[in-house]
Amino acid sequence: MSEKPKLALYWASSCGGCEIAVLGLHEKILNVAEAFDIVFWPCVMDFKYADVEAMDDDSIDVCLFNGAIRNDENARLAHLLRRKSKVMVAFGSCASGGSMPGLANFTDRDAMFDWIYHKSPTTDNPDGIVPMKHTDVPEGDLELPGFWHTVKTLAQVVPVDYFLPGCPPEASSIEMAVNAILTGQLPPPGSVIGPDVTVCDECPREKHEKKIKRFYRPYEIIPDPDTCLLEQGLFCAGIATRSGCGARCPQVGMGCRGCYGPNEGVVDHGAKILTGIASVLDAQTPEEVDAILDTLPDPAGYFYRFHLPDSLLRRRARANGEKIVAPASEAAGEPA
Amino acid sequence: MSEQEKRVGVYVCHCGHNIAGTVDVEHVAEWSQHLPNVVISRDNKFMCASTGQEQIEEDIKEFGLTHVVVASCSPHMHEKTFRNACARAGMNPYLFEMANIREHASWVHPNDRDGATNKAKALVSAAVHRVIHHEPLEPMQVKIRPETLVVGGGIAGIQAALEIADAGYHVYLVEREPSIGGHMAMFDKTFPTLDCSACILTPKMFDAGAHPNITLLTYSEVEKVDGYVGNFTVRVRKRARMVDEDLCTGCGSCWDKCPIKVVDDVFEAGMGYRKAIYRPFPQAVPKYPVIDVENCTYFKTGKCRMCEKVCPTEAIRFDMEDQYVDLEVGNVILATGYKLFDCRRIPNYGYGRLENVFSSLEFERLTNAAGPTEGKVVLRDGETVPESVAIIHCVGSRDKNYNEHCSAICCMSSLKFAHLVMEKTGAQVYNFYIDMRPISKGYEEFYHRILSEGTTFIRGKVSEITDAAHAPDEEGKLIVVAEDTLIGKQRRVPVDMVILAAGLEPRADSQAVGYMFGVGCGDTGFFTERHPKLDPVATATEGVFIAGACQGAKDIPDSVAQGAAAAARVLGTISRREVALEPVRASIDESRCSGCRICNNMCPYNAIDFIEAEGVSRVNPALCKGCGTCVAACPSQVITGAHFTFDQLMAEIDGILVDVTGEMPLVTEVI
Amino acid sequence: MSDNGTFEPVIVGFLCNWCSYRAADLAGTSRMGYPATLRDIRIMCTGRLDPTFVLRALQKGADAVLIMGCHPGQCHYQEGNYKAIRRFVLLRRTLRQMGIDDARVQLHWASAAEGVRFAQTVARVTEEIKALGPLDWPHNWPNEDPYALQEANS
Repeated sequence: MSEKPKLALYWASSCGGCEIAVLGLHEKILNVAEAFDIVFWPCVMDFKYADVEAMDDDSIDVCLFNGAIRNDENARLAHLLRRKSKVMVAFGSCASGGSMPGLANFTDRDAMFDWIYHKSPTTDNPDGIVPMKHTDVPEGDLELPGFWHTVKTLAQVVPVDYFLPGCPPEASSIEMAVNAILTGQLPPPGSVIGPDVTVCDECPREKHEKKIKRFYRPYEIIPDPDTCLLEQGLFCAGIATRSGCGARCPQVGMGCRGCYGPNEGVVDHGAKILTGIASVLDAQTPEEVDAILDTLPDPAGYFYRFHLPDSLLRRRARANGEKIVAPASEAAGEPA
Repeated sequence: MSEQEKRVGVYVCHCGHNIAGTVDVEHVAEWSQHLPNVVISRDNKFMCASTGQEQIEEDIKEFGLTHVVVASCSPHMHEKTFRNACARAGMNPYLFEMANIREHASWVHPNDRDGATNKAKALVSAAVHRVIHHEPLEPMQVKIRPETLVVGGGIAGIQAALEIADAGYHVYLVEREPSIGGHMAMFDKTFPTLDCSACILTPKMFDAGAHPNITLLTYSEVEKVDGYVGNFTVRVRKRARMVDEDLCTGCGSCWDKCPIKVVDDVFEAGMGYRKAIYRPFPQAVPKYPVIDVENCTYFKTGKCRMCEKVCPTEAIRFDMEDQYVDLEVGNVILATGYKLFDCRRIPNYGYGRLENVFSSLEFERLTNAAGPTEGKVVLRDGETVPESVAIIHCVGSRDKNYNEHCSAICCMSSLKFAHLVMEKTGAQVYNFYIDMRPISKGYEEFYHRILSEGTTFIRGKVSEITDAAHAPDEEGKLIVVAEDTLIGKQRRVPVDMVILAAGLEPRADSQAVGYMFGVGCGDTGFFTERHPKLDPVATATEGVFIAGACQGAKDIPDSVAQGAAAAARVLGTISRREVALEPVRASIDESRCSGCRICNNMCPYNAIDFIEAEGVSRVNPALCKGCGTCVAACPSQVITGAHFTFDQLMAEIDGILVDVTGEMPLVTEVI
Repeated sequence: MSDNGTFEPVIVGFLCNWCSYRAADLAGTSRMGYPATLRDIRIMCTGRLDPTFVLRALQKGADAVLIMGCHPGQCHYQEGNYKAIRRFVLLRRTLRQMGIDDARVQLHWASAAEGVRFAQTVARVTEEIKALGPLDWPHNWPNEDPYALQEANS
């Protein structure tokens, strides 16, 4: 057994879909189990952090890390697993780009806690209790991991060797990555494992010259089954999103949401969706452009759905321009 | 070449005191030593002088420089100079970059030495960061077809066509009207020599019509233009004349016998009549008439056919249809001329309402011996000779309500009118002007001659021309109301006739024509030249030149000069046989193009084709002008804009934002 | 910040080669003074402006971005500035959601003959940004990762 490469899988700030995606390999999961010695997979088996800490540095051959980094615990495991692993893979959109947890960067911890623990209509919290980093109980001091203002991607916390995007990554993508690891046929470190064309390449819908007069929400029209969705006014990020998924969403009439992230060489996914879409608006004056864009609510949400923490700006500025000064975990008595 | 192997030389120019007077150039040069990949950084009194250029050449050899940055003036001033210096030392000239620390720093921040110096440091840093991403580029060589298309058969177009044809190359001269000649053919006399306009123009028209190297395409319009410098394909629509040019002798029997009289709005400016089959004027080239199908009885009712009956050569063809002619040419000269300002747009001048208010073109026809009154200057009734005439300058020109520009010809034509009126009628003439601008050779002298002939000059813009009399001597007259700004008094001058010196405007379709040929229009609507001072007949599109009043209001000698200049430019490219195109162009990495077709309608020059079979888009490099719009549009970032690449511009942004306040450049880190 | 503590904004300019860059040249040739706040980058046409460039400039510390091109209808490339308008308007909407004031990314026109207009625009934008204060995006949030801090200290 000791001949087999050691594999670790970890789930940070994410929905768990990536774990399911691994299981979605179906019978091929057996190949994985056979090929690797799984040394750490908290989702499936019970491990203690101390067990990992006890391992030698670089003793894990591959770590598949899913989830964004949004609190001290996520960061602790990221640093720990980085130290213990030879190859660190950012697995899925959260680890690669921040994804859904990363949308919290449109706000910050204070605003979120205020809403969640005080203001939301479903909150019943007459004593105004909020989670604290430290709580004294008879048994001693209970500590919760510090909760960050800003969600980060894995690569913003530790060096990452490979990125495997997708929300979750398609079984075929995982298989490709696993095979690459097993056979040692890996691209240069820092690469995204996947093709460097966009979803349009795999999308069977017919594409024409585009002129968008207005946008529609998916419930507003029944799109023509053979024509490019974007041409029909349905938001589709496929023009700017790496392929590898088989264009599954557009094939069933739902525009691509961008989970596979930007194409090779692109530094800001949202900017590329933005420029592609803006370029084909059928308008000349700012007023005409505005009229069309009134039919596209929440553009930043559309453009940065999966990659806000990985974008150039990473997060929203605070209202009134004030800075977030203190790190979350510094001040005692701060909300966790 | 790896990043480490790149060796950059930085040269900071004093430009005498022009830069060094404000920017601490020694400090900028010293500071720049610390920028990435910089191996040598110097300051120099005058980089553009031969010693400065030689310094670059020596350093390239001595220090093995791979890239060069010069911080001096605008790249529009000396980019070529320094590129050439690099090329002389064996470096690809596109591995050079310029930082503009004169026009954009020292000259605009004269009282802020720190600010200007910091800005200069930022601009040098930007250039250094950018230049290390530069790649060697080669200009693209394109073969030039020797044929030329001239659009517009006025004096500028005729001149251009003759120059090229005389040099031995073929010209297609396309004219919208049935005859070439343009506005000049309508005039009686030309200023300041008072030459007979027809006498000097008709020989040129005849030459153009008879020249073996000129194909005249009159009554024709350009429909479509494809291609690029050296290789344009042009589709011309030849409207049906309904007259067979091979058979017609131009004898005139047809228009003599044609029973339909039509007011001639074009050539006679509405002052006279022509027939439904007509030749615009006796000296027309070509000599063949056309049938005006809108007014011809046969085309309206199916009856008449008088012209057909009287034609001795059976040249009338009622079934003739428009023809399309496809031309292949290497260069194009646009000489589409101007439109006269419509004086009705100034209602207070009464044109069109007060019958004895004439436009300048109407007066030209009135005074022309071949015109409707055979040259007699009379009122609209056709017999009364005016005893007093007012000539109003700047009608529709130099007026922000209509056209801000000066129409350049009106002062002189107004002086000419004053002379002609006095010569022919002995009437008292009043010229109302804002400023006199007789600026060319012999013009001031002509002004003095008219002054001495007794014309009264009143300096003041006319506010109103009215027939509402306030005093007995105004009864039955036109009263010209103006403030005489020289005596500071409001004046009312009663006259029998008023001539409005209408301004020159761009053609109504100049935008559309410009669009077809890839030529922009300025805020006035006239075609935009490549450089207003140093390249006045070239345009943004290689191989398309402009001449005459389509480029801006001008008189005959200037139009002729521009026509000849455009011809010289065309002959220059023809004799080179090929031209080098700037390599600033877009290209698509087809292996990575996903065929989304976002870029397809970005290109104003139709340089992007979608290759259906391969599902990718492709740029035709000869058509591409390098604007980069498709590059910015490509959502998968697989279009590269040479010399303005994504990496180059991102590096330039990073470089321009380094912290310049300290002794060392500090790159901004993002947490 | 300047030495005496007053805020001197850093504005990154993207100027098209044919109109606004030449307007800036003309402002120079005519010695029209304006604040030394603009650091300009030449692009062939405002149509080349990838929104990524604007985001990069803000990310790297620019207090504002000023995009200038030919007047609508006068683009050297016929209609590149119309494409710039479309991208600009959508970018502005997106940046609003990122909490960035409209004044920090502006699009203006200046023809090659409008040196005065160019200088006035830079002066006006500078005043607006001075009133808004620094953006300072690189320090917009602290490093909240205690383990990164630990590693840095060890």
